[in-house]
Amino acid sequence: MSTPRLHEMRAVKVADKIRRGEITAEDYIWSIINRAKSVDGKINAFITMASEEALEKARDIDRKIARGEKIGRLAGVAVAVKDNICTFGIRTTCASRMLEDFIPPYDATVISRLKKEDAIIIGKTNMDEFAMGTTTETSYFGPTRNPWNLSKVPGGSSGGSAAALAADEATLALGSDTGGSVRCPASYCSVIGFKPTYGSVSRYGLIAYANSLEQIGPLAKSTVDCALLLSVIGGYDPYDSTSVKMPIEDYFGSFTSDLKGLKIGLPKEFFDEGVEEPVKKHVWSAIHKLEDLGALYEETSLPSLEFALAAYYIIAMSEASSNLARYDGLRYGYRIEHDDADYSRVYAKNRRIGFGAEVRRRIILGTYALSAGYYEQYYLKALKIRMLIRREFESALKKFDVLAGPTMPLPPFDIGEKINDPLTLYMCDILTVPANLTGYPAISIPCGFEGDLPVGMQIIGKPFDEKNLLKISFAFENNTDFAKRKPGLQ
Amino acid sequence: MPVRPSGNNKVKGAETMREKWITKEEIEHIAQLAHIELTDEEKEVFTEQFNRILDFFRKIDEVDTRSIPPMYHVLDIVNVYREDEVGGTLPKESVLENAPKKEEQFFKSPRIV
Repeated sequence: MSTPRLHEMRAVKVADKIRRGEITAEDYIWSIINRAKSVDGKINAFITMASEEALEKARDIDRKIARGEKIGRLAGVAVAVKDNICTFGIRTTCASRMLEDFIPPYDATVISRLKKEDAIIIGKTNMDEFAMGTTTETSYFGPTRNPWNLSKVPGGSSGGSAAALAADEATLALGSDTGGSVRCPASYCSVIGFKPTYGSVSRYGLIAYANSLEQIGPLAKSTVDCALLLSVIGGYDPYDSTSVKMPIEDYFGSFTSDLKGLKIGLPKEFFDEGVEEPVKKHVWSAIHKLEDLGALYEETSLPSLEFALAAYYIIAMSEASSNLARYDGLRYGYRIEHDDADYSRVYAKNRRIGFGAEVRRRIILGTYALSAGYYEQYYLKALKIRMLIRREFESALKKFDVLAGPTMPLPPFDIGEKINDPLTLYMCDILTVPANLTGYPAISIPCGFEGDLPVGMQIIGKPFDEKNLLKISFAFENNTDFAKRKPGLQ
Repeated sequence: MPVRPSGNNKVKGAETMREKWITKEEIEHIAQLAHIELTDEEKEVFTEQFNRILDFFRKIDEVDTRSIPPMYHVLDIVNVYREDEVGGTLPKESVLENAPKKEEQFFKSPRIV
């Protein structure tokens, strides 16, 4: 086997080699930049590359090392950041015309934490506009393509982050997950994607879509890298009032290949007729692999899951309608040139031109669901369903350590295939939204290929039990070779 | 067939084609509340799409939730307080930097009155 090129190496190895002076951060960053230059024309994973800033930071790190100074845990590692996470001085667009020129005056907490560990922000990744989508097709900057098959979607909404990793244009990536937006593209691009327990990663500086559902989450090419990134970004933050005071766990201590005694519940709703056969086949063989490693599985049922998707969309749209009210084109954002008309007409015009169709659709539907006369029928009812689902998960996770199933009900599909049919597209989120409604942690692990198209397995854990999910992922990864495969991009 | 709940009979005109949850006029009204201008074509498309989406949403009507409390949030946090201490603030220039229109140290708004 040939030695991996610098841009192909895992984060832990990159940081280690840089720290030891075996490679320079600058050489490595050049390798990443050159890789992105050669493949991103096809993939469109990045909205903004921060090459100059990244090289400057790399030289800085090299100098620090030469002087024998202490260096952070992510020494020099190139991180691709979803473009809805604020980066000081680097344009942050949410893939929207509304924020096309927005340059944040501060860093999100996760970004400050990356910088503190000497990570390098290599660029801002493409996404569905305001994270509203499952395919990365609603971006104002054009769709991202799946590195495994350029005619397919990479998943979404963090499609750019997942594609950048799969194409070796970055070593680590951050996404955000409101209804599956980290796990879906992780599954479609064959990387690991983690949605942490609600409250465990600060949302300060994450441009809000649906606050009660979303978390920033890591994407990585290996479980160890994923654990490292999660341990850097996680933990209490006084700037986020929903952040929880919990000690950051040592994830690495529990990594073994032994899953003896692990109890896995398989909700039958995760394997029903809506899930395509090839997906079931690969996930089942992954479950049998976990069984070989010592795990026990049993079928279970979460009957209210049937209503999860409707409840999720009502809640997400309602929250979105409130969150996105801030885009009036005054303090930031798109503003029409001739604005001497009445203010409300100016706002309405700014928001028509600034927002794409899906964003407008969700704001209007959310406004409707919250409006007098409909509030009880939609929003309040959805919140009650949310409680029902949470109770079912709670009781299932008393019996089992984790729940498992596919991440996505179907393999990656063609770009353009579903985009004109919003409801069909919403249906793709059926297996991922429960973890957001409940707040529970969930991971997507590469578990097979249908032809050249990746399939991911989703594992959902108890609140704040990220450690167990990573442990399972580690054991699975080390006994299979899915995570080691590379797309045939040249 | 979705059943129209009572008290939701704002729809004008006969529904000969199929049950409708929302009319084009209602969408116009809601869009106005949300400060979003829609083109005529969009109003047509949205009406068709919204009716299909709402039809799907009404699936939750099947569940009896009379004894279930709403879950507004996944955490049990009610409110979070901090000491009333003065912290750092951003410099004025950097806050104004992203404003499309400004004058001196102010954001410039369109005509309000």
